Amino acid sequence: MDLRIFFTPVPTGETTYLGWLLAGLRTTIALSLASWVLALALGTMLGIFRTVPNRPLRAFAGAYVEVFRNVPLLAQLFIWYFVVPEIVPGGHWFKSIDPFVQAFLTSMACLALFTAARVCEQVRAGIEALPRGQKSAGLALGLTLPQTYRFVLLPMAARLIVPPLTSEMVNIFKNSAVCSTIGLLELAAQGRQLVDYTAHAYESFFAVTVLYLLVNAVILVVMRAVESRTRVPGYLGSRK
Amino acid sequence: MYEFDWSSIPGALPFLWQGMKLSLAITAVAVAAGMVWGTVLAVLRLSPVAPLSFFAASYVSLFRSVPLVMVLLWFFLIVPQLLRDLLHLSHAADFRVASAMVAFALFEAAYYSEIMRAGIQSVSKGQRSAALALGMTPLQAMLLVVLPQAFRNMLPLLLTQAIILFQDTSLVYVSTLAEFFGAAYLVGNRDGRLVELLLFASAVYFVLCSAASGLVRVLRGRVAV
Repeated sequence: MDLRIFFTPVPTGETTYLGWLLAGLRTTIALSLASWVLALALGTMLGIFRTVPNRPLRAFAGAYVEVFRNVPLLAQLFIWYFVVPEIVPGGHWFKSIDPFVQAFLTSMACLALFTAARVCEQVRAGIEALPRGQKSAGLALGLTLPQTYRFVLLPMAARLIVPPLTSEMVNIFKNSAVCSTIGLLELAAQGRQLVDYTAHAYESFFAVTVLYLLVNAVILVVMRAVESRTRVPGYLGSRK
Repeated sequence: MYEFDWSSIPGALPFLWQGMKLSLAITAVAVAAGMVWGTVLAVLRLSPVAPLSFFAASYVSLFRSVPLVMVLLWFFLIVPQLLRDLLHLSHAADFRVASAMVAFALFEAAYYSEIMRAGIQSVSKGQRSAALALGMTPLQAMLLVVLPQAFRNMLPLLLTQAIILFQDTSLVYVSTLAEFFGAAYLVGNRDGRLVELLLFASAVYFVLCSAASGLVRVLRGRVAV
C-alpha cells in the first residue's frame, strides 16, 4: 500500500489522482441527489395512485412498478442510452450534445425512474399502514379526497416511511455506480481509471471503498436525525 | 422514423441461450453459497461472543455499503491476478466465471444474512428453550429447531432476493463475460442491431422475473406457518 500515489499529479498535470477521485465523488453525489429528488416526487405520485379509488390510475401505477422492478437496472440504463434516442423522433439531437451532459442526463432519468418504482411501493405501504379511520375521519370532516391525502394521510405516511426511504437513498448512491458503464466518470469509474493509469489497484480499491463508506455514513447520520425529529409518538419508531 | 429489424435474433438464439445458462449458473451458485454463508453470518451476528458478532456485523455493513458493480470490477481486476501470483498459473487461465460466482456469493451473503437474522429473530424464544430443555446442544437447537423455522418464515424473501440476484447478474457485463445480457449486447453490436437486441433482452428479463415474482406471491400464502 503506497498512499503517496494519491498526491501524485495526473499525466495532464492539472490535478492529483486524489483530485480525480474527488471529482468522481462529486459526480456521484450530484447524480444521486438529483435522481433522488425526482424519484421521490414521481414515486410519491405513483404511490398515491396505487391507493386511490380509481381503477385506471391504480392499474397504471401497478404496471409501472411491475415493469421497472422486473428489468435489470443495467438493461434500463442501456435502453435510455442506446435505444430511446434512436426510436424517439428528434432523438438524434440528443446524441449531438456534450457527452458528459448526455451521460449525466441519461443516468439521472434512468435512476430516477428506476427508484421511483421502489419509492412508490414504500409510499403505498406507508399509506396502507395507517388505520382506516384516518381516511374516513378526514372525509367525514368534509375534506375532499385530495384534501384528505394532503392534510391527513400523506403527512402521517411520510413520517412512517423515513427508515425504508433511507435505505432506498443508500441504494441510489450504490446504483449510480452502474452508470460508469455508459462512460459517466463517477466514483467507481474514476477508481478504475486510476488503476489503468497507475496500476495501483489495491490503493485505488481501498480509497474508493472508503469514500463509499463515508457517503453511506453521512446519509445514515443525517437520516437518523430526520427520523428522530419526525418519529410519530405512539408508534414504535419503525413502521411495524 | 426508426426501422425495426428483428432478423438477427433467431440466428443468435443458441448463443443467447448459452449466455442465459451462464446467468442461471451464476445465480444458482451465488444463491446456494450466499444463503449458506449468509446463514453462518447471521448466526455469528446473533452469537453472544463479541468478536464473532463484531466480525459478522462489519462484514455485512461493508458489503452493503459498496456498489455490486464495483465489487465485480475489482474481482475481475484483482482476484485473477492474485490467484495467478499465488498459484503460479499461466496467464491463459481464465477465472472470470469463478470470479463472478465468488464475488456474487460473498456480496449476496451480506443481504441473505440480514434476511436470515430477521428469520431467526422471528422464531419464538420458547422454541430454543424447549430444544435445550430436551437435552440438545446449542448447535443442535440452532440447526434442527430454529433454522428450519427461520428458513420457512423467510422463504418468500429469500426467493425475492434470488430474483434480484438474477437481475444483477447482468452486471457481469463489465467483465465482457458473455452472460445473457452481455451476449445480447455482443450480438447487437456485431450486427448493428443494438436497439432490437437490448429490447429483446429486457423483455426476456421482464417475463422471467415477473413470472417468478408471481410464483413467490402464490408461495407466500402456502408456506405461512
